[in-house]
Amino acid sequence: MDASVPRDDSLVTMTDLTREFSSGGSLMKPRRTMRAVNNVSLDVPRGNVTGVVGESGCGKSTLARLVLRLLEATEGTVFFDGKNLATQSQAEMRKLRRQMQMVFQDPYSAIDPRYTIRRALLEPFQVQGEAKTAAEAKTTVEELISMVGLSTRMMDSFPHQLSGGQKQRVGIARALALRPSFLVLDEPTASLDVSIQAQIIDLLEALKEELGLTYLFISHDLSLVRYFCDRVVVMYLGRVVEILSGAETQPRHHYAHALLESNFEPDPTRRKIVTMLGGEIPSPFAKIPGCAFAARCPAASDMCKRERPPLSNLGDGQMVACHNPMD
Amino acid sequence: MALLSVQGISVAIGALCPLEGVTFDIDKGEILGLVGESGSGKSLTAMCVMGLLPRIGGTITKGSIAFDGRELIGLPEIELRRLRGKRIALISQNPMTSLDPIIRIGAQIDQVSILHLGLSATTAKARSLDLIAQLRIPEPEAIHRAYPHQLSGGMKQRIIIAMALAADPDLIVADEPTTALDVTIQAQIIQIMVELVRDRGLALMLITHDMGVVAQACDRVVVLYAGRVAEMNGIGEIFAEPKHPYTRELIRCIPRLGQEPGSLKGIPGVVPSIVDYPDGCRFNPRCSNAQALCRDEAPALEPKSSGLAACHFSEV
Ligand SMILES: Nc1ncnc2c1ncn2[C@@H]1O[C@H](COP(=O)(O)OP(=O)(O)OP(=O)(O)O)[C@@H](O)[C@H]1O
Ligand SMILES: Nc1ncnc2c1ncn2[C@@H]1O[C@H](COP(=O)(O)OP(=O)(O)OP(=O)(O)O)[C@@H](O)[C@H]1O
Ligand code: SF4
Ligand code: SF4
Ligand SMILES: [Mg+2]
Ligand SMILES: [Mg+2]
Repeated sequence: MDASVPRDDSLVTMTDLTREFSSGGSLMKPRRTMRAVNNVSLDVPRGNVTGVVGESGCGKSTLARLVLRLLEATEGTVFFDGKNLATQSQAEMRKLRRQMQMVFQDPYSAIDPRYTIRRALLEPFQVQGEAKTAAEAKTTVEELISMVGLSTRMMDSFPHQLSGGQKQRVGIARALALRPSFLVLDEPTASLDVSIQAQIIDLLEALKEELGLTYLFISHDLSLVRYFCDRVVVMYLGRVVEILSGAETQPRHHYAHALLESNFEPDPTRRKIVTMLGGEIPSPFAKIPGCAFAARCPAASDMCKRERPPLSNLGDGQMVACHNPMD
Repeated sequence: MALLSVQGISVAIGALCPLEGVTFDIDKGEILGLVGESGSGKSLTAMCVMGLLPRIGGTITKGSIAFDGRELIGLPEIELRRLRGKRIALISQNPMTSLDPIIRIGAQIDQVSILHLGLSATTAKARSLDLIAQLRIPEPEAIHRAYPHQLSGGMKQRIIIAMALAADPDLIVADEPTTALDVTIQAQIIQIMVELVRDRGLALMLITHDMGVVAQACDRVVVLYAGRVAEMNGIGEIFAEPKHPYTRELIRCIPRLGQEPGSLKGIPGVVPSIVDYPDGCRFNPRCSNAQALCRDEAPALEPKSSGLAACHFSEV
């Protein structure tokens, strides 16, 4: 399949997406460049939950911001509903923004501490220049608040009066205000207790069905991703190394395999010995010509160090970037 | 007799009472998990055991902590300090503060066995190198000479474990030792800790909120809820036949492989805050079994058919 042509059934298509960051550039420190996201091509199918996993710093949040054009790509393109985001005028982009929203990891940073919940929920309409009468505003806020399972009595509370889970619900309500079709969820439950995490996932599942949403779900919790997502994208040092077509799909890439192996199942009757990975994660500034995982991979060959393995199709939606994939 | 026996301790910090009647024990060679939601009192429990409560202005108002048959409450600070590091070691929740940034890694580990075991500098160094190797850190000599900033987070955490082991303690209290680390590193460190504890017959109190880690590493589990023990039970019982409704609900909140979509539900309501803990059983506003009695009277922690649980209506 050619990833450069947006497919009909995908709401979002990324092609060769790259984002560089530089640091230094003074007398003492030479300027260094790193690719936080490196040549990523990916589809997000409509109505699906696409999961993105990988270790800290592998580029998940950068990818999230690129997809919503909250950050400009160094190279590559994002198509949303067939439209190239980079070529949209400001007015067109503003219209598109209604369609795509983000929920952040930290429910505290997403809401202005001086705003009441009511005001925080009406802000997206103001940004869009959409005037509302007092009566309309009231109905809208009430609808949004009940949609995320909060009591309308909370409308005039301030963020500090809410628990972490309640704040995250407000964050979701805010993201839903403009009736988007696409939500990017960047570790939306990472700061929450498990009993509250499960509530939020339950809510996201229900909203997805009710409103026909498409999600890009970023997390480093593999159990959660495998439960919640239709497909799982595994990233390593800015690159997509494998796309798993379902929760039960066996990984073929050695890093994806190690990552899934490392996940401790919450079942004391199924204890396991994890294989220790040798080597260290390379610096993000290192220029690696071949496979980024070669320094830690038990199956690395000479070719792995020289040549970057392309992401190739294994059928049934599974894709892997590995010269010597696992059986 | 258990190596550590904590009986009914309550803690006051100013007007707050963050722990009430906390009871558990740990045997030699055993890994005890301490779990609970954020703010339930896990770190404070660790501080009680370490005798560190006075440092944050807290006091133990009730109960007893016996270590190897000796009462720790009321022990003068100088004796507590001798126990800390030597017989009881702490791996704290914020590992980055446990290493001195301007002293070489090796010197910091050596120091522990020089201080607590009275080793000479040369023997201490040999011992440190051996420990570094046991934690599967490549090139121990190079690491011994390195400064903390030259190491990755996972390496630093292994060095902190090496330091905790250096004095050959009987009990290690590890407060979320891997929470800040990536999963591949976390899995390796937990596995190494479990092996070392087993090999040396140490006791480990492992504080975590990750039920996957608990399932893989622990022998028994203490479940805290809002400053009280909800349940203490064997690892198999905690997952297969928990005695407290909160434990049961908590287990249901963990997604597992092959679980039906839409079946993950969460526990309704919010985690209570220390400033307004509910009367009676503190889980009552979220408990589907709650009755009038639950709102009036706090249930006592009692023996059930397995373990201990604090619930008026849990089956025996
Ligand atoms: N604005 C920025 N300027 C410079 N470097 C950045 C910037 N944003 C991200 N990076 C770097 O890009 C890399 C990827 O960061 P990113 O936040 O996307 O990772 P992540 O996968 O979301 O990690 P985490 O799981 O910790 O959230 C990191 O090395 C990070 O330091
Ligand atoms: N120094 C302090 N002064 C006042 N209250 C405190 C202090 N330290 C902790 N507390 C309170 O005691 C309770 C228990 O705190 P503790 O740090 O033991 O929680 P925890 O279970 O370790 O949580 P976490 O999972 O977030 O680490 C909390 O309500 C907390 O706010
Ligand atoms: S390409 Fe080579 S180094 Fe990379 S994962 Fe595959 S076998 Fe290992
Ligand atoms: S005492 Fe009552 S409220 Fe508390 S856990 Fe038992 S049944 Fe539920
Ligand atoms: Mg991130
Ligand atoms: Mg803590």
